[in-house]
Order: sequence, then C-alpha cells, then structure tokens
Amino acid sequence: MSKLRLLFVKEAQASYISHLDLLRTIQRAFPRAGLNISHSQGYHPHPIISIVLPLPVGQSSDCELLDFEVTQETDGRGIADKLNVGMPCGLRVLDCYEAKRPVKELAFLQAELEMEYDSGVPEGAAEKLRELFARDALIIQKRTKRKELADVDIAPMIKEISFTEKEGVICADVTVQAQNPGLNPALLEKAIIKYLPECAPNFVRVRRKRMLDANGEDFR
Amino acid sequence: MDKRLERILPRVQKPARYVGGEYNAVMKNKDEVDTRIAFCFPDTYEIGMSNLGMRILYGVMNNIPGVWCERVFAPWGDMEEEMRKAGMPLFALESGEPITNFDMVAFSVGYEMAFPAILNMLDLAGIPLHSAERTALTPLVFAGGTAMYNAEPMADFLDLVSLGEGEDLTVEIVELHRKARREGWTKQEFLREAAKLPGVYVPSLYDVSYNDDGTVKEIVARDGAPKVVTKRIVQDMDKAYFPVKTIVPSTEIVQDRVTLELFRGCIRGCRFCQAGYVYRPVRNRSRELCAKYCIASCDDSGYQEVTLSSLSTSDYPPLTDLCDDLEEFCAARHVNLSLPSLRADNFSMNLMQRLAKGRKSGLTFAPEAGTQRLRDVINKNVTLDDLLESCRTAFAGGYSAVKLYFMLGLPTETDEDVLGIADIAARVMHTWRESATNKNRGVRITVSTSWFVPKPHTAFQWEPQISKEEYERRVKLLREAITTKTVTYNWHDSDTSFLEAVLARGDRRLCKVMETAWRKGAKLDAWEEYFSLDRWLEAFEECGLDPHFYANRVREKDELMPWSMISSGVTEEYLWREHEKAYEGITTPDCRTHCNGCGANKMVGGKCDV
Repeated sequence: MSKLRLLFVKEAQASYISHLDLLRTIQRAFPRAGLNISHSQGYHPHPIISIVLPLPVGQSSDCELLDFEVTQETDGRGIADKLNVGMPCGLRVLDCYEAKRPVKELAFLQAELEMEYDSGVPEGAAEKLRELFARDALIIQKRTKRKELADVDIAPMIKEISFTEKEGVICADVTVQAQNPGLNPALLEKAIIKYLPECAPNFVRVRRKRMLDANGEDFR
Repeated sequence: MDKRLERILPRVQKPARYVGGEYNAVMKNKDEVDTRIAFCFPDTYEIGMSNLGMRILYGVMNNIPGVWCERVFAPWGDMEEEMRKAGMPLFALESGEPITNFDMVAFSVGYEMAFPAILNMLDLAGIPLHSAERTALTPLVFAGGTAMYNAEPMADFLDLVSLGEGEDLTVEIVELHRKARREGWTKQEFLREAAKLPGVYVPSLYDVSYNDDGTVKEIVARDGAPKVVTKRIVQDMDKAYFPVKTIVPSTEIVQDRVTLELFRGCIRGCRFCQAGYVYRPVRNRSRELCAKYCIASCDDSGYQEVTLSSLSTSDYPPLTDLCDDLEEFCAARHVNLSLPSLRADNFSMNLMQRLAKGRKSGLTFAPEAGTQRLRDVINKNVTLDDLLESCRTAFAGGYSAVKLYFMLGLPTETDEDVLGIADIAARVMHTWRESATNKNRGVRITVSTSWFVPKPHTAFQWEPQISKEEYERRVKLLREAITTKTVTYNWHDSDTSFLEAVLARGDRRLCKVMETAWRKGAKLDAWEEYFSLDRWLEAFEECGLDPHFYANRVREKDELMPWSMISSGVTEEYLWREHEKAYEGITTPDCRTHCNGCGANKMVGGKCDV
C-alpha cells in the first residue's frame, strides 16, 4: 500500500473536464499504467482518490495535485511516464511521488489572468487596476453553496497582485489564499466589473501557476 | 483551440462534450489523408458516444489508410444558439474544423425522432438540405442505422442510404467515392455506381407515384438501380471488427462502460419488435473471443463496468460459462458485469449469482402485455409463472426493486388486458412478501407503459396505432387499477409516440413536412425539452397532409408499403403469416426450437447459427 501524489498539467481541451469527470478520467488511466488503486472497505467500495484543490471548469493549471492510494509498494518513480501514455489531450503528468506533506499546509495559489480587450486596452487601465486592488475592501457578490447571493470581501484574500500590459491584453499575476477560505482568481473580474466597469475585459483566461505553502515556497 | 469556441464554452452546459481530445480519439495529419469524413450522430454527445455502432464504424473507417473519420454530434440548444450567434459552423471534434467542405457526411440514425436533428446539423454545417441542391460530388450526405429501414421521410435530403450492418458496406462506399473523386465522376455517375453495391439505396433513383387515396401506387427503380435493396450483414461475428481500443469520454455519457456485443439477431420473434426482425439472422460471437475482448477492452479503457450486450442476452448459449471465465478477472479488477434487460423465462439463480456481486439494485423484465392471451398475440413467449418465478429468485437473492415494462395499444388489446398489468404488479408484490430475505428494506415495483408504435418490417406493420384518446383512457384505467403504494406507475408521453408512429411508416411526401417542422423549430425532438407536437401538426396542415393517415390507418394486405424497395432479408410473406397468427393467438416457437422459415437464413447460406 502506497500513498502517492500526482503533479499534473490541466490545459486546453482538458480544462473543460469537470471535477468529478476528472476523477473518473484519471481513475480509468490507472489500470492502463498497471496501477491497482486501493478501494475503501465496506459494502460499496470506492477508489481512494482525491484532488487537493479542485480547479474551476474552464481554467488551466500547471500545478494540479491529486492524492491516491495503490495496493502496490512504490515510491512513484516511473509512474508519470506510464500514465501519460493513456491521458486525454491537455492532461499531462509531471511527477508522481509519495504524498508526505499534509494538504493543510497548502496556503496560497499563484495564478495568471489574461484579460483580453477586443478594442484595445483602455487608456491607463493597468494603473487603474493597480489602484483598485490596493484598496482595503473589495465587496463582490458570490453564490454560496446554498445558491444564495452573499457579499464577500475579496481584498483580504489577495496576498499579492501585479499587472503588466501587452498588446490588447493585461496580465494579472496574483497570489490568493488557497483555502479556509480560498479565493477563485476568476472572481477578480467581478470586482473589476463592479468598481471599474470601463476597464472590464471582454474575456479572461485563468491559469494556475504555483501552489504555495505559508512561507511562499512550492507546496508539493 | 478556436478563439470563438473558447469564448462560447464558459457560457454553455457541459462544455467538455464540445472539445474532443479524449483518450483514443483518432488524430491524423490532414496532409496525409485524402478523404475527410464527418461521422454524425443526430443527437447529443452523451447519447451518440453510448452507441456501439458509432464506435464500430468509427474504428472501421479510421482503419482505412488515407481516411480520417471524425465525430460530430448535435449541439444542445444553448450551444447551438451561441454557435449561430458567433457564426460558427458545425465542426468535427477531432480536428475542430468545420465539416462544410468534408468529402463525406455520414449519419448514424437509430430512431425516427432524430430525423429533424439531421436537417438541423446540415444547416448548422452550411450544407444545403436537399440532395438535389448538392450538385457536386462532395460533400456526399449518406445515412445508415435501424431507422433507415424506412428512409422515405428523409429521401429528399440523403444522397444514399447504407442498409444493415455497416462493417463492410461502409468501406465499399468510402472507396467508391474516393475513386469517383480521383477520376472526376459527376455526382450522378457516382450515385448510379453506388446503387450497384449490394445494400446501397439511392432514393433519387426511385420514382414513387400515389393513388388518389394517398397510398403508394408504384415504385419504379431507374438507371439500373435494383428493384429491391437487401440489407448487408456481417457473416461471421468472430471475424467482425470489435472496437477494443475505443474512445473513453472525459465526461460522463449515458452508457459509460464497455459494451461487449455477444451476438446479433434474436431467436425470439416478438411480433412488434423491429430489431428482432431486421437484425436477423442470429450470429453468435464465440465465448473465447468475448472473454478476450472483455479483458482487452477493460485493460485499454480502464472501465470497471461491462455490459453484456445483445437483443436478448440471456439467450446467449454460453452465458454462464462466459461469466465464469471472467470471474477471476472481474474480482481482481473490481469489474462488474451487467445485463441490459432480462427475459423472465430464463433468468436463473445461476446467472444472478454471477452478476453484480455487491450492489443489488434492480432488475428489469419486459412482459409487454398484461394477459397470456395478448402475450400470445405478440408472441412474447413468457408466462406469468415464468415472471413470478424469476422475481422470486431475484427477491430471494437480495434484490429489492423490479421494473416491469409493458406496452399499451397492442393489436387486439381489451380492457381486460390493461387491467391484467395491474394484476401482474400485485402478484409480483405478493411474491416479494413470500420470498424476500430482508423485508425491512421494502420493495420497489415500477410499472412502465409505452404506447405501441407499429414499425415497418414487422408483423404489425399493417396495424393502426390506437387513437390518442383511447391510449389516454387506457392509461387512466390502469392508473386507477394500481392501488398499492409500493407500485409506481410511469407512462410514456403520448405526443412523441404519435409522431413516431407517423414518421416510422411515412412516405416521401413527409420530407416536405419534415422541412416545414424543422423551419418552425424542430431539432432535438427526441428530447421532451424541445419536442412540440403543435409544430408538427401545423406543418402537416401547411403541407396538406393528414398525420392520422400514417399513424392510425389499417393497411390492407395488398397495400404497397412506402418502404417496399427495402428488404431486411425477412420475407413479406413471413411477416403476413405472423400477422395472421397473431390474430389467431397462435405463438411461433423461437428459432432455436425450430426454423420458422422467415427467409433471413438465406443471408448466411441457409443455416442460422442458433
């Protein structure tokens, strides 16, 4: 019995695979790689597999983590290559290793937002965005798990943010709280629409870049 | 990824079904292929990807060197709206490219209610709807599948129809079209040549005239097209292509498992069942090969569930042996075997013990009719004792839910037959009380009735569908007769079944109705969300045709059926004989007991593999 962790990329077509579908998809890839996943005991055994921090549908990531148990004794070496033979487009395993660090040590998430402006970046938009996200409070409305709208202040959950302008695009490099509570970086767009409607982009592409611990080091 | 698609996807439901890229999707270099085929399923991704025929032919076509066959599904309403708004034509999942300029556009059509989706998909692809408007050799629009045994309501839109099992014929059509393109044939030249391939029906080469009463007067084949086109079959199931390495969708589909086809055809001969007639004769796949395919498919796909599929799986002679062969593998890999539906007369303890070991949810039986008299009429050779015995076995084995399927409106049905259904449910309930091992869990008995739709190429092709009022009266009668709380009664919506009855036995004048209804918004009419009978009734009105003429009329023995140019291999004489025996209440034994001379044996050299 070994407890393993996968580090993988989820991008392009695979970014549209939902959380539950991703679990199913990866679970089906295990037997192709000769791995025998452990099942829970009981009347309806289910495979022991979990995603550390589910990624919203449509976002890409360079640093997804998935924990699972196999019946074999292994430190994970060689598994990444085997799994990559049977993955759908856009899923690519970078590494597989023994899961040692507890998930609770995951503290922050670094993401890149590519904000597209179809008729060019508005004059001074980057500067206005910097000022906006320097505020102490940014209240947006967010759907709760009970499907009600609630006011949430996202400012305290943003640790760092910077903006750079390219042609027709503003890139935001943002570090947000990962859990308890976590912030979906896509919600930054909501704040822009509310407070700076003139700087609202036509489309936002979100990509997770790094998972970080409390010290700002890579969480693996 | 297409930028327009990227912007659309966040706004639509289940975007994963529009992006492709699944494990085992076939990617080819388009510079190295000379034939691009859009293989379309006129329904959603979840339905189309669950279709075994689709998977088989996808593999068969992609195995032809130089051919790239890609999948295309009907977008759900939200996606269609976004695509039209963005000016995005229908695209193929593998390459993401519009199918407008593909060489061939093929449709797999399993049910009549999918017809409007074909028109909608052609329109979304920017391809002219009518065969006559498409004067060039490409794109060639053709179709196959069970619903094509009467292709007349789609005759104006299809260039050709591939009849029966497509493993061989599809390759022949693709190769002939490739030759035609290479040698610069006209479309007409190609169609005339294609009509010479056994199993190919080219609607435009047949002239149909009508009598004053609206029935078909004459069907004349032109330009060397055969008077009757007989379906094609695979001769030997052990040599037939099986998609071991098949696409594993990254999003959940309806049949999300390995489908292992044990045999084709059915020995039974239920008189209402189109599949039972048109898939004849019975051809078994050997037990050894089935086991091999099962293991190889699970190994490759990673699936942990396998459906042992066929029209009547418990009739597969080595079924329990096959389950035993697979037992060790299944246990080691947490793989469950499941059966699509069961016959109530040969479901045994032996079999039950080999099925799903942990989860025992429910079993499904289809007695189809409420009394023995009516079951004899339809030749469903199952008795009430068979059914109760099977239920007893199931309840004793720990099952606590049984689903029972029936049809209302079968020929000769009386109120007594309808009430018989309620009686059966009550007796199943009683059987549970007697035999259940754990009564604390309670029991769920579900009775479902559908409205009988007479289908072409069956013994009941001459029969009327009963009127809507009568159907609803019988539903009410049954509803009031089912008083037990543990019995749930579901009945099928009447509007869709009525239209299905109209389209199933329609002639080519319905093409105009089809197009009119589509222009009024008919698209995914297999879905209640999108179906509207009013739209169709308006279309009939505008075209000056009466839907009841198609659905509710008794056809005489000598009436020329609109689909008379199509043969399933079963002779019309045999169907009529079965029709008469139905009215006499005489049953016909299954093909294993003895040959009843339906004619399909000629397709396998005289002797069926029963």
